[in-house]
Amino acid sequence: MVEAASVLVGQGEAAESGGPAVVGPDPVQITLTVNGVARTIEVEPRMTLAEALRGLLGLTGTKISCGRGACSACTVWLDGATVCSCMMLAIDVGTRSVTTIEGLATGGRLHPVQAAFIEHDALQCAFCTPGIVMSCAALLERTPDPTAEDVQRAIAGHLCRCGTYPHVVAATLAAAKARKA
Amino acid sequence: MNRFAWAHARGIAEAAAAASTTVADAMAAPPGAGGDEMSIVKAGGIDLIDLLKENLLVPAKLVSLKDIPGLDGVVEEQGGGLRIGAMTTLATLADHSVLRRRCPVLADALRGSASAQIRNVATLGGNLLQRPRCWYFRAADYRCLRKGGGHCFALSGENQYHAIFDNGQCAIVHPSTAATVLVALGAAVELANAEGAQRQVLLEDFFVPPHRDVQRENDLKPHEILTAILLPQLPEGLRMAHVKQGERDSFDWPLADVAVAFDLDPEGSCKRAAIILGAAAPVPHRARTAEAALRGRRIDEDTARQAGRAALDGAMPLAKNAYKLPLFEVLVRRAILAAAARQ
Repeated sequence: MVEAASVLVGQGEAAESGGPAVVGPDPVQITLTVNGVARTIEVEPRMTLAEALRGLLGLTGTKISCGRGACSACTVWLDGATVCSCMMLAIDVGTRSVTTIEGLATGGRLHPVQAAFIEHDALQCAFCTPGIVMSCAALLERTPDPTAEDVQRAIAGHLCRCGTYPHVVAATLAAAKARKA
Repeated sequence: MNRFAWAHARGIAEAAAAASTTVADAMAAPPGAGGDEMSIVKAGGIDLIDLLKENLLVPAKLVSLKDIPGLDGVVEEQGGGLRIGAMTTLATLADHSVLRRRCPVLADALRGSASAQIRNVATLGGNLLQRPRCWYFRAADYRCLRKGGGHCFALSGENQYHAIFDNGQCAIVHPSTAATVLVALGAAVELANAEGAQRQVLLEDFFVPPHRDVQRENDLKPHEILTAILLPQLPEGLRMAHVKQGERDSFDWPLADVAVAFDLDPEGSCKRAAIILGAAAPVPHRARTAEAALRGRRIDEDTARQAGRAALDGAMPLAKNAYKLPLFEVLVRRAILAAAARQ
């Protein structure tokens, strides 16, 4: 965070009597590391990470549904931890590394969780799917051999109106096996 | 969301100096008051961004605490207590080895709060300071009593999630599960101001019931930063439990939750007991009659049952929340028996 803070300090008004550096409300230049690539964009402080990803960076795999952190459709990783990108200001990300659904596949090959979701029919309308995949893939990073209950707990914040939950659990357990094979 | 400026505070005093108002003061002010100068502190931002998106709060500037050193983490203090930095996330605390060893009941309660995504961002300080979930309070169209209006819409409206105690003026329930547990354990909060002065307040006294001030849930002042949550040294052999009941097992606010803590003398009789009900009243509710029902008694099924009934003393359910009475009666009994079963 020190780097990002110093960037902001450099751009901020000269702070009076040692007060904090202030930027905005007009657009501010920030650099986000998204899927391993540094991307420099201009954001108003009020812009959420989800809006920046979709609107400024064209990464529309991240979905915005409730916009209040209640459905988790907008889930991305910040330094590997799942967060609701609709409840995170882009300016607040700093140097933390952002991973979106577009960043999961490597070398043209689907992530094991993505492949297992197709194999196990774990999506229907699929609006919630990118977020759920991010949560299930994050689970496998820290719990390579999860139980069904671990998966249920990992997706507890996600709402799926199509009711794909049982297939999501089956797919994630299969993905865990596939990763070890 | 309206436009706002963004300030990165580098120290506590700097943040306190910049924070011209609190969320509660800003929301109670008449529209337009405060104007261009209104600056509000941001911690994790989960509750704050929700309020901003609803235009319930229109600050000129947010003051971020995120990069202030020393505001997160858990420290074991010399006197045997724990000092939890206010900016420590719920996820960090739920898995923290020291907290899991010293106070598993709190770690488990935090693990059962919100979703993984929220726990990864929300801070314990922000959790204690979050505003109530009452749907009239959260809707900009209702200028309710707590927002400076003249009327509590819940009293004669949709009040199924509202208070059964102390609900005569405003029927919100305090939204923090962590608060239910922390009050039972006798925790305090540490607050710092722009001059570098600190004060410590018992968390139970920090919360403000409607008869003291209907427009705020706590005693945070403008130009003040909540810096830490202080857990006292817990007596050897203290029995603790927290139980929560929601409408579903996953990700939800509680309909009711109960935290109990008590210790026993060598004969197995209860010396002191704390029984705190959450989602019951505008502040965490101490069930004094239930506490008295345990004191001096051996803890068994009968005592727990009597305490469960006693916990309802003073309850005045509204038209749609009388279901909370049997809920609390059972949860108090279960929490007491669960605590007694722990060594």
